[in-house]
Parts: sequence; structure tokens; C-alpha cells
Amino acid sequence: MARPIISTHEIEKVYGMDGFQVRALDGVSLQIEEGEFVAIMGPSGSGKSTLMNIIGCLDRPTHGSYQLDGVEVSELDRTERAHIRNRTIGFVFQSYNLLPRTPALENVMLPLLYNPDHMPLTEREARARAALEAVDLSDRLSHQPQELSGGQQQRVAIARALVNDPVLILADEPTGNLDSRSGEEIMALLDDLHQQGRTIVMVTHDPEIAAHTERTVHMLDGKLERVQQNGVHAGAKGGAG
Amino acid sequence: MRRIELLRVALTGLLRNKMRSLLTMLGVIIGVAAVIVMVSISAGTEATIEEQITGLGTNLVFVTASFQRGLPGGGGGEGGGLVYADAYAIADQIVGVQAIVVEQPSSETVKAGDVTLDQTEVLGSTADFPSVRDMQIAEGRYFKQEEVDRKAKVAVLGASIASELFGTNDPIGEVITVGNTKLTVIGVFAERGQVSETDYDARIYTPITVVFQKFTPNQFARLIGDRVRVIYVELKPDANMDDVILQIELLLARRHDVSLDSADFSVTTQQDIINTQESTTAAFRNLLVAGVSLVVGGIGIMNIMLVSVTERTREIGIRQSVGATPGDVRWQFLAEAMLLSLFGGLIGILAGISGAVIFGAASGMRTVVLPTSILLAFLSAAAVGVFFGYYPANKAALLDPIEALRHE
Repeated sequence: MARPIISTHEIEKVYGMDGFQVRALDGVSLQIEEGEFVAIMGPSGSGKSTLMNIIGCLDRPTHGSYQLDGVEVSELDRTERAHIRNRTIGFVFQSYNLLPRTPALENVMLPLLYNPDHMPLTEREARARAALEAVDLSDRLSHQPQELSGGQQQRVAIARALVNDPVLILADEPTGNLDSRSGEEIMALLDDLHQQGRTIVMVTHDPEIAAHTERTVHMLDGKLERVQQNGVHAGAKGGAG
Repeated sequence: MRRIELLRVALTGLLRNKMRSLLTMLGVIIGVAAVIVMVSISAGTEATIEEQITGLGTNLVFVTASFQRGLPGGGGGEGGGLVYADAYAIADQIVGVQAIVVEQPSSETVKAGDVTLDQTEVLGSTADFPSVRDMQIAEGRYFKQEEVDRKAKVAVLGASIASELFGTNDPIGEVITVGNTKLTVIGVFAERGQVSETDYDARIYTPITVVFQKFTPNQFARLIGDRVRVIYVELKPDANMDDVILQIELLLARRHDVSLDSADFSVTTQQDIINTQESTTAAFRNLLVAGVSLVVGGIGIMNIMLVSVTERTREIGIRQSVGATPGDVRWQFLAEAMLLSLFGGLIGILAGISGAVIFGAASGMRTVVLPTSILLAFLSAAAVGVFFGYYPANKAALLDPIEALRHE
């Protein structure tokens, strides 16, 4: 039995303004196990972004519990959540979110800078170099984001997501800003990571992209509408962690 | 450890945005430099004044009237309780007094031949005036005590007034008309120049008794004596100044029948005058230094830092998403503000020192760069960096990561 990485129980997110309340999440219970590749789909306003923010510890649920890798994180304060984001989660965003005018190597080193287990500069450099090598960008270390193509920028972002060796990769529309060929390259990279045993949760609105995953969670009006199995399986489950 | 790393991140960030960094520092640079230049000018002027005050002569004690007794119709209403006879009492009864000089000024119209000068200062004084006040006679002689006592109608001219009245002619033995009184010129002073607000060269010097009798007649003089504004007391070289001051105070208090607490006169030394001047100007100067630096530097830094936080909202969001804590973000922005004000302060000091030197050379004014003003300007610039940098830094630290990442 694989260990659960994400385990939410009846989480709710309520935004209130002057007595007028918006229920962005209305009792979502979701289990994702180690090594799974899961897509979250849904129309805008369905609550999928709110769910991603809570899973990514950028936000807290109003009610309900959320255990990430066995740790209850729904009650943590800002600083504790920052530490969780740093060590446990790797983010890949639609718009890459790299620091401008900053070389690829430094961008990838960024999570190591904030790692509470301080490591010397040479080690941080070595790890960032290795991460960039893993996404096939060893020849672009000193390039700044504006000197790279969209696909290359997204690969730098993936290297940054991997550099702290997190248990969970969160990808928010990772191919949304890319042309179809670059998009395929990025999906191939994510498939590889999946094959190596990484746990990946990805938000997308594209069914073809969602088809790369093992199962697709459909959301509607703040609830899980249905879960669809896609018939994909990881080759080497639990190989990393 | 991590703080030092983040300090380096802040430095790298500043170097990547050289133009913005320079503009931010500009406020501090100009503030610090301007303060140093301004203080150097005022310190230069002050040093000049201090030299002039010292130049009045050494070992002097001033007895001045400090309290108006409210007697009506006095000569110009000045003088308080100090009278001519007090001066001779001091000279006669106090040990350690070398000489005294009494001064009483008046303002009169002066005529010589066909030259007329309005509102000329006529200073009535006594025989020791040249030695006590350090004045040199160029021609002729000064009047003697015997001439003071018998109200001799004589005059000694300041250098500039001599040439105004007589041009290149020899004034000795000539008769001038001061007010309605004819005085014979017996001497001319060498040039002395202006000290504080007094132009020693533009005055006519005459026995003080002539001033009492002719220029400031006082109907009460017969009862209380002729009032004087100031008595100068020159001490013997070996006299103890504090001792003499106390003796003078006790003597005058007894003569005026007042207690020392409510005395109608005050006894001061040159050092007192210098100190008073220094302490007031120094306080003002320090306030100026701190105030100007604080305001200029602070507003500049806070302004640009606030803009910078807004402009870099997305960067902050990215850092937060990969694990920067609120403390990390706050420290990074605080470090930027501190580095900016430190570098700005250093550049400002260099600019200020060279500015003071250049201004002094170009204007001919004396400038003195004070180390304390440098230190004060620099410290306030640094303090301002922390103080005004904290608000923007805290604002950055408390940004919501979701909002920050969404920011365009």
C-alpha cells in the first residue's frame, strides 16, 4: 500500500465580504498517493485554483483538515507554511515565474537559499547545475529568462521545482503559454518525472494534456464532481522520494 | 548565515538596477553633502568671529548693566544701575585689577570744514581704553585721565572717519564740531577693522565726561551718578579671574543695595561670550544636521522603496512560493534600504567635503569641515534607512503570496 501524499478531509474555503459569503470550496475530500500523476479540471469558478492554492500551502482552508505527507498543515502560520513550500513542494506555473534579469542557475538556486538547512554556496551551485542538467539545459546556465524560449523557461522552472527534492510537484497549467511542440516537450518531461516515481498534481483545462495522467479529478461549484481513470500507470512506482 | 546570504541578494539586486539605486541614493547623497557644506560654512564664520572676540584683548572682564531700574528720563534709557562711580570703586577697592575702561556711546552729527557726517558714533571712554581694548595710535596721542577728569574738549578719530573728514590732510590740531560742541583732534587710531557689529574705525573717541555733559545729559545724574553701559576690567597677569569676579559682584551688590540673585548688572568673561555663542549655534547646527538629513534621506528612501515593493510584487510572490518566509522578505528589503543609505551616506560625505573645499576656494569664505557633522550626517542617514525602510519592507513581507503571484 503506497503512502498518501495528499489527504484532504471535507475542506471548505469561504470568502466573506460584509455578510455576503462566497463558498469557493464546499467539502472537498481528496486522496493522492505517492507516485501518482493527477489532473484537476473544471471550468473557471469551479474552485480548482483555490484547491491548488490550499494544496500548495499558499492558502489555508476555512474548515476541514489537510495532511501533506502525513503532516497536518491546515493550521500552520505563514512562516511554517513557507518552510513546507520550500521543502515539500515544487511549483511549476503557467507563466514560469522566473526572476527577471537573473541567470538560470541563480533562479534554480533560489529555493536552496531559503532552505532552513543551510548549505554552502558550492553545494547549492552543484545541485542547481545537476537539476538544470536533468532538464537538458546544462548549456544555458548563465542565460537570463528573457534570452530563453518559453519552453526553455518552463524547463528552468521545472529544474527549480526539483532542486529541493520535494515530495510533491504542483503544476498549474504548465503548457498554457506554450506552442504545441514546446508543450509536448514539457509534458514528456513531466511524464519522465512520473515514471521516476514523482508525485505530480496538475491543473489544466486541456483534455489532451489531462490524458497524460493516471486520473482526472473534475471539479464543479466547489465540489468534486467525478474522478476519471485515464489508464496511465507509472513504470517505477515509489522510485524516488 | 542566511541573513548574510540575503544581504548579498539585496546587493546583487541593487547592482542589477543601477539607475534606480542611484536615484534612490541621490536624496541621501544630496542631503548629507548639503548638510556638510552648510555646516562647514557656518563653522568657518564662527571660527572667524571667535578669533575676533579673542582679539578684543586678553584677561578682560565685562561688567554690564543687565536690569532696567525704571528710572525715568535716563540718557537713552540705557545703563540700568551701573554708574560711572562704580568703575572707580572697582579700580580702587579690588585687588588684582590692572586697569578699567568705561564706555558710554552716543550718536551725533559731526562737522569738519565743509564735510558733515550724520549719525556718527561718539564713544565716551577713559584713559586706558587703547591698552585695554588693544588699539594702536597711528598719529598724535590718546587723552589722559587728567583730561577725562577736567572734561577736556578733545577727540581721537578712528582711521576711516579721519580720512572721511580730512582726506589726506593732517587732522591733528584741527577743530571738529560734534553736536554743538567743538572738540580739538589730538590723535588718530591705526586701522582696526570691524569686530562683530562694531566698526572701530568709524568712531570718534572722546573723554566719557564730555559725553555725560554734552551728549547724554541726565537730570538724575546729580542724585545717582552718570549711568554707563559697560565697564571693562583688565586683570593683572597673576590675578585669579574667578576671585576678581566674585569681588566685583559683592562690591557692586553692596553699592547698589541688591542681592546677588537679583543683581542689576552681570559680570562676564570673554570665554563666557564665546561659550554662549558656541552653545547656541552648536545646538542649532546639530538640529539642522540631523533634521535635514532625516527628512531628505528618509522621504527619498521610503518613496522609492514603496514604489519598488509595488513594482516587485511579483518577485516577492515568486520568492514566497519557493519558501521565503515573511522574515526573509522583510530582511531583504530592509537590507536594501540600509545598503542604499550607507552607500548614499558615504558618497554624500565625499561630495560634501569636496563641496566645502571647492565652495571655500571659489567664494573666498572660510569653511571648516567638522568631523562631528560628518558623523552626525552619516549616522542619521543610516538611521533613516532603517526607520523609513522598515515600513516598505514590512509591507513586502506581509504580501499575500497568491495575490503577489497574480500581480502583473
